[in-house]
Amino acid sequence: MRRLGAFGLAAAFLAAAMLISAFVGAADLNPLATATALLDKIPFVSLPSSMSPLDRAVLFQIRLPRVVLGALVGALLALAGAGYQGVFRNPLVDSGMLGASAGAGLGATLAIVDLSGAGPGVVPVAAFVGSLSGVAVAYLTGTVASRQTVLGDGVATLLLAGIAVGSFLTAVQTFLLQRSQPDIQAVYSWLLGSLSAATWQQVTSILPYAAVSSVVILLHGRHLDVLAVGDEEARALGLRPAVVRTIVIAACALAAASAVAVSGLIGFVGIVVPHVARRLAGPSYTSVLPLSLLIGAGFLVLADTLARTVLSPAELPIGVVTALIGAPAFVWVLRGTRPVGT
Amino acid sequence: MRTPQRLSAAVLVAVAAAAALAGCSSASSSATAAVAHAPAKPTSNLIPVFPTTVAAPNGSVTIKRQPNRIVSLDPTATEDLYAIGAGTQVVAVDQDSDYPPGVPVTSLSGLTPNIEAIAKYNPSLVIASQNSGGLVSGLGKLGIPVLIEPAVSTLSGAYQQIEQIGRATGHYNQSTEVVQNMTEVITDSVKQAGSKYRGMTYYWELSNDPYYSATSATFIGHVLDMFGLKNIADAASKPADGGYPELSQEYIVTAKPQLIFLADNQPADGGQTPAIVAKRPGWAGIPAVADHDIFGLNDDIASRWGPRLPSLVNEIASALAGVKS
Repeated sequence: MRRLGAFGLAAAFLAAAMLISAFVGAADLNPLATATALLDKIPFVSLPSSMSPLDRAVLFQIRLPRVVLGALVGALLALAGAGYQGVFRNPLVDSGMLGASAGAGLGATLAIVDLSGAGPGVVPVAAFVGSLSGVAVAYLTGTVASRQTVLGDGVATLLLAGIAVGSFLTAVQTFLLQRSQPDIQAVYSWLLGSLSAATWQQVTSILPYAAVSSVVILLHGRHLDVLAVGDEEARALGLRPAVVRTIVIAACALAAASAVAVSGLIGFVGIVVPHVARRLAGPSYTSVLPLSLLIGAGFLVLADTLARTVLSPAELPIGVVTALIGAPAFVWVLRGTRPVGT
Repeated sequence: MRTPQRLSAAVLVAVAAAAALAGCSSASSSATAAVAHAPAKPTSNLIPVFPTTVAAPNGSVTIKRQPNRIVSLDPTATEDLYAIGAGTQVVAVDQDSDYPPGVPVTSLSGLTPNIEAIAKYNPSLVIASQNSGGLVSGLGKLGIPVLIEPAVSTLSGAYQQIEQIGRATGHYNQSTEVVQNMTEVITDSVKQAGSKYRGMTYYWELSNDPYYSATSATFIGHVLDMFGLKNIADAASKPADGGYPELSQEYIVTAKPQLIFLADNQPADGGQTPAIVAKRPGWAGIPAVADHDIFGLNDDIASRWGPRLPSLVNEIASALAGVKS
């Protein structure tokens, strides 16, 4: 019953966030005209709209793709964060772990500094590839190292390897940036994250990756619950921990990389949202994963709505908003949370 | 064996011819080339005015002798130095200085200056646009005078800097000539454009992801003010953004600018072209897009406040000349 209520609440939150977001913006569109124009898009509903072509273009070509892209990115980041937290049995992990953010940052910086002649489409591809490569390197070094350490728990070694790889990639990225003064603003804008150039084309380009990775992660909720009791016990229950870990990490890496490619680095969603989900419906990953997806989507849509309205018509970097709201919200959530992870 | 050689010779000739043509056309088409390459009078002709004290933005700087080993840590300062005929005294310029061609580029950085690396050039004067990393005090300990010439927000500020650099290097007369020449060319361009663009609205695009613009309070804004154009970013600017607000697409589209200037059109700065802008989702209804009044500019010049300003003004004037008003 609690589970069902939690799902209802999360779905309502997402729907409300998207609806609010569709109605506000720098363009001050008439709410009534916006409503009729939106309803008109529903199959079998035909309503005459008084909207000018320009306003219509603002609503359907600029505002709506941004709302949808925000929901998609938020869902992916939160889901990846929840997946990683399950794999690593650690509540402090988020979607940028294992060199994912650092790799994406390096990829984007390389593209902006050295490949700018190749056109504007290069940056998302470079960020995507960089993010996946970061995780791959961290995973390989971590796996190799864990065979030779006395730490025993391969998970801790993997996390440490991720931190080392991340620091290394960030150092390379900073070095490149320092040597290219004119690109500093472009790179920082990217690092802070933004959805301001959202298009339907971006939505459709990440949709396949988003769908595949989400389905894979969502299917592994039960496995993550079993992993939570420890590798030995999981093995006794007929699970192969290393295989599950590899599959979920790969899917999380793909989810985070597709989000990062279109939005830049947006922090805090991946770590906060899973905790909110746990508080709503308990620690089982069968509910934490889908709830994270819904809440993450709603949270990022709301954050982006604030990012484009607080200083309207100027914009705030969305990474600033997520942390500014996310951090106090996180503390508030933690206040009454039971120990997490089991 | 022979054919490749002949071929390469033919290519060489063609390249040389093309280069010569390009040289001719650029020299004749823009009056500003003459400004940038103002003939340098030999320094010996000058009346000795040293020691001199310059009221620089970083306080009064005393220069005892005419500096014959100048290090420039800023692309604009480098252009200023060469335009006023102090080029022969320059021994090193920073990694971002690239004009005029052939300047002694080094790995020095104006953003994160390394005092020791600068001192190695044994400079008698250092010019930079910002005092970062303890530049002034560090070089001060070595007895090396430093002029800080920061980014300006008005044309007269740019002129003052050129004259100040002239005074500090012993080329004051040439610097006033350069400034006078610049003023004349700019005034001419503005006059030729006439008043028919007065009141037209424009959007100045610095970057496209996210969309950064410059208001009329900025240097570039002042330049466009001379043509009587109105900036759509003004209403969106907050004090904290320093005149460079990030705009939402919704705002840009509903502000309906009649002109769009792309300062992000060079490949290295985003590669945005009028054709790309016209294809942006939702932008087709903007008057500037519908009327094809989108212009790519040489953003290298647009981001500097040096002696090539007249060619930027010229570029804007000729862009406007094609606008149906």
